Amino acid sequence: MKLWEIAHARSGDKGNISNLSLIVYNPEDYKIIQEKVTPERVKQWLSKQVKGDVKRYELPQLGALNFVLKEALFGGVTSSTALDKHGKSLSSYLLEMEI
Amino acid sequence: MKTIRIGSGAGYGGDRLEPALTLMEQGNLDYICFECLAERTIALAQKEKKANPNKGYNHLLEYRMEKVLPLAYEHKIKVITNMGAANPIEAMEVIATMANQQKLKGLKIAAVLGDDVLENVKEALHLKILETGQPLSSISDSMISANAYLGVEGIVEALNNGADIIVTGRVADPSLFLAPMVFEFNWQLTDTDKLGKGTMIGHLLECAAQVCGGYFADPPKKIVPDLANIGFPFVEVNEHGYGFISKVKDTGGLINTATCTEQLLYEIHDPSKYFTPDVVADFSKVTFDEIDTDTVQFKNASGHPATNTYKVSVGYVNGFFGEGQISYGGANALARANLAIDIMKQRLAVYGFEDLRFDLIGVNSLAPFNVEVMEVPEVRLSVSGRAATAELARHIGREVEALYTNGPAGGGGASQKVEEVISVLSVLWSKSDIKIEVVYTNI
Repeated sequence: MKLWEIAHARSGDKGNISNLSLIVYNPEDYKIIQEKVTPERVKQWLSKQVKGDVKRYELPQLGALNFVLKEALFGGVTSSTALDKHGKSLSSYLLEMEI
Repeated sequence: MKTIRIGSGAGYGGDRLEPALTLMEQGNLDYICFECLAERTIALAQKEKKANPNKGYNHLLEYRMEKVLPLAYEHKIKVITNMGAANPIEAMEVIATMANQQKLKGLKIAAVLGDDVLENVKEALHLKILETGQPLSSISDSMISANAYLGVEGIVEALNNGADIIVTGRVADPSLFLAPMVFEFNWQLTDTDKLGKGTMIGHLLECAAQVCGGYFADPPKKIVPDLANIGFPFVEVNEHGYGFISKVKDTGGLINTATCTEQLLYEIHDPSKYFTPDVVADFSKVTFDEIDTDTVQFKNASGHPATNTYKVSVGYVNGFFGEGQISYGGANALARANLAIDIMKQRLAVYGFEDLRFDLIGVNSLAPFNVEVMEVPEVRLSVSGRAATAELARHIGREVEALYTNGPAGGGGASQKVEEVISVLSVLWSKSDIKIEVVYTNI
């Protein structure tokens, strides 16, 4: 199963740090993402781009996880030479993860 | 119990105006806030002001105010906006001129000043840049702007003095929305629980349509009705900081717990510590309940005392960006694009560009992992990098264009660009060293 089948996500950026929210459609699936989508797996999944630590925050009452990815945006929106300087598309790539 | 309604009129500097007007006409609002400053906007505005002292405010100020002012006057809605950018005083004068032309007698316009600390930077060169750990002096030669993220104080002062339209420079986004709550409910600036609640509300509203199903649709899983006519949000909040978020009936979009949760966590790091100049807000226990169609009640935000520093965003010239693009289509398009990359790597090696990238748009220009693709119907090569001078940066586009006659078969649609790179870094600045001032114009 792909992550997008049970959860949705949104990317945000501040400087060279990206954050990815991951939110389940059904509360009963929260345990699945809590177990399967570890910060280590996210770091590995996005490793071509994310050079720093990945930290995960849990918001069970919202069925949500929040991942904070350091050194993730090629310097950040104001200096990156990448096409998607904000890393807006990272959330959709996260949802491609097999769980 | 007293309640007020605060609407969101813009989620970024170039946002659509129509949904804001609908909200002002039909939303029964008391306030509307237009958040229009991205991280780097003020640095670009500062450059414009330097070239022309009468500029440096939001480019859409006149366009927006032509329609917003009469509605604000008619419906008694107070307007708060950071469209002043690098020049709030001039923005105030422009608004005053327009209000005079529209004969909006009695309107009081305020400009909040104090965020611009570029002139004081000489005494702050020892401050440590948060992102690099270097002292501020390391970029002092190329600095073009330095602006503190102010909190609610200046706006609240303006409201206390009867201002109807308040224009600011850099103010923390949620503070634009928190200020009317502090003023209307007489919240103390030490009441961190209320400030945390109000900041959460501001954060939900600050990106306008983004909480109403904008930036959310992802068919077939996430369907948003009538996205073309998406409405902007408003919050109705009471003196305890409780309330709900909704939008005008019959506007497009969607507000539910999913849209609210995505926006709550947007650009958030530790949800229990969201730093603003007013408070360290705690969103970690927030809950949402759908109480009606497109209407969501929020609960359980809180807060802790603010730090004694302002974040100051420093803009500086960081060289020049150069880019060239060219497309390949048809049989073996991908192989020809990859050959073009090999050639570009060799030809550009002599220049020593920073952050030189070779992207195949449609294949791997966005992907944060390696993508295996055998063939594509068409692909666009983008080569980009940074250089110290525009002359040097221009070589990238030129070399890409030269692939026409000096590269693989069938390259088409070459384009090139060079632009100055204005980057932003931040330092923490003692609050006691910044003086906030409010000036007024009466119509």
